[in-house]
Amino acid sequence: MTLSAICIRDLSVGYGGLAILDGLNFEIRRGSIFAILGGSGCGKTTLLENLIGIQEPLAGEIDITGFGTPDLDRGFPPYGVSFQGGALFGSMTLLENVSLPLVRWTTLAESAIEAVASARLRLVGLAGFENHLPNEVSGGMQKRAGIARALAMEPSLLFLDEPSAGLDPSTAVELDDLLCCLRDDLGVTTVLVTHELASIFSIADDCIMLDKQARGIIARGSPTSLRDESQDPTAHAFFNRLPKTPPQPGVSENCL
Amino acid sequence: MSAPTFELTRASGRDSAALELRGHCHLEGAADLWRQLQAGLGAKRALDLSGLESLDGASAALLQALVAEAESRGGALELVGARAEVHRMLALYSCDSPGECAPARQREPGLFDEIGRATRDIVASLRDVLSFMGDLCVALMRAGRERGSVNLRAVPNLMERAGADGVPIVLLINFLIGLIIGLQAAYQLQRFGANVFVANLVGLSMVRELAPLMTAIVVAGRSGAAYAAELGSMRVNQEIDALRTLGMDPYRFLVFPRLLATVAVVPLLTIAAMVVGILGGLIVAVQDLGITTTAYFNQLHGAVGMLDVMGGLLKSVVFAVTITLISCQRGLATRGGAAGVGSATTSAVVVILFSLVVIDALFTVTFNLFGI
Ligand SMILES: Nc1ncnc2c1ncn2[C@@H]1O[C@H](COP(=O)(O)OP(=O)(O)OP(=O)(O)O)[C@@H](O)[C@H]1O
Ligand SMILES: [Mg+2]
Repeated sequence: MTLSAICIRDLSVGYGGLAILDGLNFEIRRGSIFAILGGSGCGKTTLLENLIGIQEPLAGEIDITGFGTPDLDRGFPPYGVSFQGGALFGSMTLLENVSLPLVRWTTLAESAIEAVASARLRLVGLAGFENHLPNEVSGGMQKRAGIARALAMEPSLLFLDEPSAGLDPSTAVELDDLLCCLRDDLGVTTVLVTHELASIFSIADDCIMLDKQARGIIARGSPTSLRDESQDPTAHAFFNRLPKTPPQPGVSENCL
Repeated sequence: MSAPTFELTRASGRDSAALELRGHCHLEGAADLWRQLQAGLGAKRALDLSGLESLDGASAALLQALVAEAESRGGALELVGARAEVHRMLALYSCDSPGECAPARQREPGLFDEIGRATRDIVASLRDVLSFMGDLCVALMRAGRERGSVNLRAVPNLMERAGADGVPIVLLINFLIGLIIGLQAAYQLQRFGANVFVANLVGLSMVRELAPLMTAIVVAGRSGAAYAAELGSMRVNQEIDALRTLGMDPYRFLVFPRLLATVAVVPLLTIAAMVVGILGGLIVAVQDLGITTTAYFNQLHGAVGMLDVMGGLLKSVVFAVTITLISCQRGLATRGGAAGVGSATTSAVVVILFSLVVIDALFTVTFNLFGI
């Protein structure tokens, strides 16, 4: 059997005692790219925040292999996180943002930290912007800097919340290549929230699809198996790129 | 020249339970359409759209809202005979359940709602303060064990912002306060020929009460508000979350440096405030009361002892801790967006001012008890 990186049992997540997602059970294989899909507002970010330990689950268990229950008060967590909005520190340059964990958690010399941090920025295509403040670069660039920061400490587990939203297609493909590279060469496990069908098909090994009404997982498996075999109409429609409700008969497709 | 518009009539022919809508429905006529339909529809069960030539989104939404309204009253309203474009528009704006078209309006909160909510908020904020204190103690112990985990590099910059940048306003305010007390006292003292006691009055009130309190109020307004706003916007931008995922504790990274910086500079500001306050009194003494500078300082020397100065400085340290802890707690507990940052800042300043006065009173009572 392949080893699991994260094991989730009977997890229930939400706000103020009200569950948004209920009774989740799934496993994320080590060294795989795992996509969390679902409509806007169905709780993908909420689930991710529970997985990384920012929120306490309402019920159930999360077990990160080699770390246990996610807990951010126990020093450096073995994972990197990039947030949906970037969440860069506004008063620091991009380079300082990426350097921050290295300064705190390694004994590298300042010049070495600078070299590592600027290499991370280069990796996400931000060479030359090291000394810009976050509000001096575009939204997509902020997001990429957030990914660079998540990579700073060489984590074996990455959580990315909509990393390619707001990126142009070719940059998004570069990002996909980067994630594949991390998986294939370093065995990094990536958990990502995304809506990009193309990138799901090209990089994701497994995915789960969440739904607001069902408050849970409505489909799971590899992207191709979901596309070809899924019974659930929402999942089927998503993977085959159909509108949610079929168009009225006798109506031409090219208007509205 | 007016745009083509709609016409609403009783349906001709057999079906008297229907209205007929013809022509063009556009946003300009939407208000009329809504009024007329609501007035005219009554118990009608169908709306004949066969004469309707065009329909825009707003009007389609209105028609669908009427359908939903009828359904929620237990009746039914059918939209019949629509041509393809109109039908497509209606389908686009259709709703799956009546609730979707007419979302429940939020009820205005009543008096009891407000009282309940306020009580709950007070309890919640007390709990927040307690858990902040607990977290802070834990962080303090951890920081003691792990050397170098407190972000000391931020301290000098913070000291400059809280201390050096605040010097002019602190000096100005305390100088004027000294001057005002002197002037107020001058007239009364002159009547008793006790002119020289202006030094006692200004000296003691500045050193024991006013310099620490006024300085703390200025620092609360400048730095307390700044801390709450800074940490609050970091919270709403998820920067605090991001910091934690990098394994860094917000207390050690953000709160302790502010605490150190504030505790270091507030007593210094207070000493400066004491000095300028006394100088303000001196001006009144020399100008209005005809006392020499030497006599003023001699009198002051006899009146104000080291214990008074120490008492004042002790107060200023406690004030500094109060300001920082409350503002950081409020900042870190921020909820919501930009408005949340605003209310966190407001509540930080209000709670700080209240606490300062209460603490000051406690100090004065305690000092009195012990005869200091
Ligand atoms: N702080 C909060 N308090 C209460 N409810 C919240 C809070 N944040 C989010 N929610 C609710 O939780 C649900 C899920 O939100 P979440 O941010 O997880 O959605 P998402 O799946 O990430 O959506 P998107 O794709 O738009 O980012 C939403 O219905 C939202 O209303
Ligand atoms: Mg989200």
